[in-house]
Amino acid sequence: MIEVEGLIKDYGPRRAINNLTFKANPGEILGFLGPNGAGKTTTMRILSGYMPPTWGVARVAGFDVVDQSLEVRKHVGYLPETVPLYPDMTVFDYLKYMADLRHIKNAEDRVDDVLDIVHMEERADGYISNLSKGMRQRIGLAQALLHEPDVLILDEPTIGLDPAQIREVRTLIREIGKQRTVLLSTHILSEAQQICDRVLIINKGEIVVEDTPERLQAGLAGAQRVSVKVQGDGDGLEKIIKGIPGIGSISVKAEGFLEVESPPGKDIRPVIARDVIHAGFDLLELKTIDLSLEDIFIQLTRDEPEPPSTDDTEEEA
Amino acid sequence: MRNVWIIARREYKYYFISPVAYVVAFFFMLILGLFFYLNMRGAMIQAAYQAYAPDVQIVIGPMVTLLLFVMPAVTMRSIAEEMRMGTMELLLTAPVKDWELVLGKWLGAFFFMLSLLAVTLIFPLVLNFLVKPGIDQGLLVAGYLGLIMMVASMIAIGVFISSIFNNQLVVFFISLIVMLALWFVSQFASDAAGLGNQLLTYLDFPGHFNNFYQGIINLSDIVYFLSLTSFALLLGTVSIEIRRWR
Repeated sequence: MIEVEGLIKDYGPRRAINNLTFKANPGEILGFLGPNGAGKTTTMRILSGYMPPTWGVARVAGFDVVDQSLEVRKHVGYLPETVPLYPDMTVFDYLKYMADLRHIKNAEDRVDDVLDIVHMEERADGYISNLSKGMRQRIGLAQALLHEPDVLILDEPTIGLDPAQIREVRTLIREIGKQRTVLLSTHILSEAQQICDRVLIINKGEIVVEDTPERLQAGLAGAQRVSVKVQGDGDGLEKIIKGIPGIGSISVKAEGFLEVESPPGKDIRPVIARDVIHAGFDLLELKTIDLSLEDIFIQLTRDEPEPPSTDDTEEEA
Repeated sequence: MRNVWIIARREYKYYFISPVAYVVAFFFMLILGLFFYLNMRGAMIQAAYQAYAPDVQIVIGPMVTLLLFVMPAVTMRSIAEEMRMGTMELLLTAPVKDWELVLGKWLGAFFFMLSLLAVTLIFPLVLNFLVKPGIDQGLLVAGYLGLIMMVASMIAIGVFISSIFNNQLVVFFISLIVMLALWFVSQFASDAAGLGNQLLTYLDFPGHFNNFYQGIINLSDIVYFLSLTSFALLLGTVSIEIRRWR
């Protein structure tokens, strides 16, 4: 459904995306992950027919984005990050206008249908200027669904929403994704974990890694980490653990609280428990820490000066 | 062509819900009314001394000057506002050709101005009652045809400028400067020789309008305004295409 090969986009001397190659299959929700400025929006704009690439080939629904741009636009539903709407129009008029531009037959019925899908039928006659951010997002999504596109491109569809709205939009995307190809960009990792079948991590315009969220987590986890918590200030605890054979780096998190890296494939917890208790410490906690997708993301995009935002919306989701 | 109508219809409707359009239309009519009153008063004084009846030129004359300032205000938001609001991304990812967008924007504004010009017909109508045996209808038809031609090209220029800049105020002033330049360009014709002279003379905006004003409908004047309109619309389309490639 989406085939991208050697895609390059230059903005003057700056290269926004460099040699991107990937595929999205029919009925797949592909997550496009990356820090701000990684090239996600640029890629999506090229795929939606908004602008041509500087170099490379991109085909959407079997059509070339440069030579058959109009056909591509007919088959793509696109929700830009800014969710562009006309505040002076009513919800219904806006969707009707967009439906007319797409020459949809029985446009009014179709507008009613998409309003039903995004649960906004009661606000059909309301002015867009009076809608909340979440409602606008849903109207934007409704606009992208109007022509029943084969491919849906959603640029940061949950940004700026409250936790309840985020949940709602994610459920909606999952439902939509059952029937069509969805390319979704986000810098919220838990979102990609929850919604996407496959994830592409992009940094500085290049694909860093491509896999399912689960395999990414498992494969990149590598060395396991173990947290150790004892009562009191834990004086001498680091020395005891250092003495255990095969132990990796140790980081002190707080007084009496350490994180230890253990070799892969070996559960080091029994040894730690025995040695720590033997040394006279009261052991409060001993557990392995899974490497989150977030950690992987930070590892992979480490040299990025601005780490990805981990705002509270992510935690709430 | 269907997309052109869809865009033009939305554009036309927008003018009637936007305060800017109402303010512009209000002041246009107010100043025009004021000029009309003053001209009528002057004409009555003049008529006391000699046989004199004012004609439709007392309406069209001030209108031309007013349009020079009103047109940039009418078109300044056209494409610039779409870019500012981000809705341009929506239009450029819809299956709409770039020229359809530009032509739709132009047509919407053109219909709005036609509506405004239709309202101004009230002045010739009043004048027709006041003078005996009525106004010269030839002058009226030619004058208004000239106004329509002029407005069409001014809108095209405005839409083109609006496709270059995102800031409406910048669009307003640049449009005004371009229109003023077209207005005074013939003044410099004598400074240039050969082709330059011919070109500057041909570009003379008021010169071409003046024939309509005098009641003369020349095909060459119609061609001038139509070609100016088409050229500006073409530039607008190219400007949007360049935007895509940037």
